[in-house]
Amino acid sequence: MAGYILRRVLSTLPVLAIVAVLVFLMLRLTPSDPAAIIAGDYANPQQIELIRERLGLNEPILKQFIIWIGGVLQGDFGESFFYKKQVAELIGERLEPTLSLSLLTILLVVMIAVPLGVIAAHNHGTWIDRLVMGFSVLGFSIPVFVVGYILIYVFAVTLDWLPVQGYQRIRDGVGGWLLRLILPSMTLSVVFIAFIARMTRTSVLEVLNEDYIRTARAKGQTEMKVLVRHALANAAVPILTIIGLTVAILIGGVVVTESVYTLPGLGLLTVDAVLARDYPTIQAVILLFSFAYVLINLLVDVAYTFLDPRIRY
Amino acid sequence: MQEVLTGMTEPVLSVRNLTVRLPGGADRENAIEGISFDIGPREIVCIVGESGSGKSVTAQAVMGLLPKRDLVVTAGETLLQGEDTTKAGIHRLRALRGTRMGMIFQEPMTALNPVQRVGQQIAEVLEIHTKLSGTEQRQRVLDIMKAVHLPDPELMIDAYPHQLSGGQRQRIMIAAALILDPALLIADEPTTALDVTTQAQILRLIKEMQSRRNTGVMFITHDFGVVSEIADRVVVMQRGRVVEQGTRDEVLRRPREAYTKMLVAAVPSLVPPKRAPVEGKLALEAKKLSKIYGRRTFLNRKARIVKAAQDVNFHICKGETLGIVGESGSGKTTVARCIARLIEPSEGEILIEGANVAHLPERDLRPYRRDIQIVFQDPYRSLNPRRTVGQSIIEGPVNFGMTREKAVGKARELMQLVGLSPDALDRYPHQFSGGQRQRICIARALAMGPTLLIADEAVSALDVSVQAQVLELLDNIRKQFDLAVLFITHDLRVAAQICDRIAVMKNGVVVEHGTTADVFRSPQHEYTKALFDAAPGRDFGVQQSVA
Amino acid sequence: MATIDAAPPVSRRRSVWSTVLRNPSVLFGGSIALIMLIIAILAPFLDTRDPAEINPSARNQKPGYTATVRDDEGKRIQVKYHLGTDSLGRDIYSRVIYGARVSLIVGITVAVIAVFVGLIIGMIAGYVRWLDSIIMRFMDGLMAIPEILLAIALVSLSRAGLPAVVIAIVIPQVPRVVRLVRSVVLSIREEPYVESAITVGTPTPTLLFRHVLPNTTAPLIVQGTFICASAILVEAILSFLGIGIPPEVPTWGNIMAEGRTYFRILPHNILYPGIALALAVLAINMLGDGLRDTLDPRFAKRF
Repeated sequence: MAGYILRRVLSTLPVLAIVAVLVFLMLRLTPSDPAAIIAGDYANPQQIELIRERLGLNEPILKQFIIWIGGVLQGDFGESFFYKKQVAELIGERLEPTLSLSLLTILLVVMIAVPLGVIAAHNHGTWIDRLVMGFSVLGFSIPVFVVGYILIYVFAVTLDWLPVQGYQRIRDGVGGWLLRLILPSMTLSVVFIAFIARMTRTSVLEVLNEDYIRTARAKGQTEMKVLVRHALANAAVPILTIIGLTVAILIGGVVVTESVYTLPGLGLLTVDAVLARDYPTIQAVILLFSFAYVLINLLVDVAYTFLDPRIRY
Repeated sequence: MQEVLTGMTEPVLSVRNLTVRLPGGADRENAIEGISFDIGPREIVCIVGESGSGKSVTAQAVMGLLPKRDLVVTAGETLLQGEDTTKAGIHRLRALRGTRMGMIFQEPMTALNPVQRVGQQIAEVLEIHTKLSGTEQRQRVLDIMKAVHLPDPELMIDAYPHQLSGGQRQRIMIAAALILDPALLIADEPTTALDVTTQAQILRLIKEMQSRRNTGVMFITHDFGVVSEIADRVVVMQRGRVVEQGTRDEVLRRPREAYTKMLVAAVPSLVPPKRAPVEGKLALEAKKLSKIYGRRTFLNRKARIVKAAQDVNFHICKGETLGIVGESGSGKTTVARCIARLIEPSEGEILIEGANVAHLPERDLRPYRRDIQIVFQDPYRSLNPRRTVGQSIIEGPVNFGMTREKAVGKARELMQLVGLSPDALDRYPHQFSGGQRQRICIARALAMGPTLLIADEAVSALDVSVQAQVLELLDNIRKQFDLAVLFITHDLRVAAQICDRIAVMKNGVVVEHGTTADVFRSPQHEYTKALFDAAPGRDFGVQQSVA
Repeated sequence: MATIDAAPPVSRRRSVWSTVLRNPSVLFGGSIALIMLIIAILAPFLDTRDPAEINPSARNQKPGYTATVRDDEGKRIQVKYHLGTDSLGRDIYSRVIYGARVSLIVGITVAVIAVFVGLIIGMIAGYVRWLDSIIMRFMDGLMAIPEILLAIALVSLSRAGLPAVVIAIVIPQVPRVVRLVRSVVLSIREEPYVESAITVGTPTPTLLFRHVLPNTTAPLIVQGTFICASAILVEAILSFLGIGIPPEVPTWGNIMAEGRTYFRILPHNILYPGIALALAVLAINMLGDGLRDTLDPRFAKRF
């Protein structure tokens, strides 16, 4: 098992390296001159040259990469043009809302989506199945921000039950923190629930066709236990895989949701950085999100070893 | 249950006039129609038939495991010790399953839950139907594991299915099915997926367990060798109806119905017929052929190295059939794929007319492609479903510069030769049966004008009656075209009938090599002997050929 | 080893397309998508105004507002704003109708380009062994960057505009197509009929086009449909965040972005384009679902 985990850890290293190179090259290989874009339409050549100098764009590309990656490895992502402070520090400030939102959403999703998918699979072909699937298609077709505004309109504007926007740090009171996260995490979870419920259904349906399900029935096992002990236990690996992969969608959703609810997290930082053409920040945020995504999927892979004995031994 | 134990005449299972309807759009109305038979205590009744005969549906109907919406019992009853299971409610059915009727399946590889320990899976039956405590359950599980001769039950009870061999898994299945001593055991092709040596052991086990526990067994199979090995009585089914039933000797030795006679006659005998020695020109020679898979990598230093084939030597002459016989994993298919150059051998030579083609790159290999053709096992995947049969047959000749018209003309001749209508060239593969497709594959191979034809388990997926026809076709074209045939099979009966010489492979190595008559009459190697001993129904075949 | 039927199976293979067109999801999704396409094409004739026209005297009006304006010849005419106006006095109805054009152009172009590029790279990866691991590592790297973030990063590097947005949305999709094609190629080349073609001496390019490529069509049509839906969504997100197509161009995302400020009083500025967007994406997703179930049951696992 240790060997398997070690191999998985080592195999993510090239992916991380490629991501780093891609993120670096993205800025350097654009057809347009980043310095000119940063400087804006009214800049004179001297100003552009100054920016080139500050970005180190006049150095050979390999040297630029080494300088940049050297900094990144020490947690130094450079200085933000826009906020005029260290990007690392900026990210540190913005971490809490994003983490709170993501974790709350995942919690919500797993609690709702997995049972929904199992119920649909169990009632395969009936109206219950069609209902769940119908909601699922609807769920991942409605854009996150449309869901967001509908929820705001209903719960915050019309009913006035919940605050519209903003964030409260957890140390300033858990109640206020949670209250302000209810709508955002509901918003974000819609797409996610739609996906996971659907994939849970597919995985369970597939497993229900397996011979060992027939074996369990031939033993006289009840349908409920067949479903949970045999079907879900075997579908757990594909479901977990999907949850890992949908984290990419979650991250995209975080950006939009934070923007809709003006939560001062990494997503909002990304959008602001893009609008301000704040490249060091953009690079850092993308790198961070991508690394988080890769690492979460690494954790998922490691989790397989607890769910599937075929990997364990 | 008192009366069952006292009165031996009372059947354990009595199927009366059972009819199960097929969903609309099928090739017939009912999956099974008005079938009746009895299974007494301590009796093994073999339900035998070709695919689509409805034998598995019968088993599922008894267990109440028919797919809910698709197959419906429309008439008749299945009396399990007098109680009709087709009318039992779901709760009653569940109570009966595992306690009074147990079932084992064809694929031991997939019939066990891969993420649960095998001990737990046996104990599940106890957990459902008894109030035994955990330790009591464990003891019962250990007892039954011992009874089915699993080695080291204390250790194996905590193993996962993937850690066991196919035979061991089937023993676990049998243990779970029999732990509560059901009156009826339904075995649905339980040995079909197993190698012949394992099959023999499992058959012996089923027999031992059932006679010790007075179990009635409904044994579903398509293999007459197995039937003659274990059956007390036989029920022959064809297209959903019972054609004939009687004791084993009645059905196998003195079949009354034409269909049964045909089936019994189609089973190849284990005694090779007399064959004149072939003295053709050398067609192909393999020298020191080896194929090794896997290599150490930086990350995985202990990566397994599999020697799929090692130091294999043989030659085939024109007009001769060389059989390579072996169980799964013996390397016989690897050898075939090396010879066909679908894979490159790691070492060794493949000599065609003096040229070594073993390591030629694809470009230089092309001229030799014509000489070696292959027919695969699975007729359903051997033809491109999107292309007409004609397109598939002419593809090769056209590749080598024949004009379309000429190639089509040749294809028409070949269709006739393999026993199909030339007008069928415009049809698609899905319009043909398995046997017909195998004929088409043979026509495609012949279109290339090969010197060597490789048949890689080419008749293994076919029903016995179709198998006999395709074997006959293969033998005819061998004679007609003076072909060298490399015949890969796991089936000793087939090998005995068609091969001039056979090579027996085990773990990638040829352990014995000689004329078919010699090898069958006096096998030299221990493994060959074991293989022949394990062949089910040895006497059945012999009497067949004598009769 | 299962035994195989002796009798020829009853031929029940109808034309694939007739089964496809019988599928309710295909019918429903397809019709809505078709109607939207027609609306997009006929936009100028559907009682619309110039979607960029600003009427400073009719800002932030509710649906149904009627105003009097001078037309090109100076005549006074009555104008009805079916869905109200935005904060610059532009007609929301016209903008939503014209917005369908941008969305569908982006969706279709992205799908076509991504499928085409992915197909070529995927075939190469699936058939050229030494290139396979290089290509796939690179694709893994691209896939490790969450789709929307990659698109955001890519648009941020260029001056906003339709081509830049299309490219920014295409790039994250390509690796997904590559993976799909590669997996089809890898599974098909193991098929006995492909091996038979090898033994009858079919050259590799013919082999690919004749025996392998046709197997990718169905999964690619399905995948392309889902990419189309996803591209429409991502374009709307980019516009909504203010980093996509320039704000004066009528796109559903832009209309919503513009409506954010006055959302509390005038929710319809977000509601109507939102409905249009959701309907379009829903229709195309349903179409994809139906196509997958009918064309490509083997790959029904993927989303």
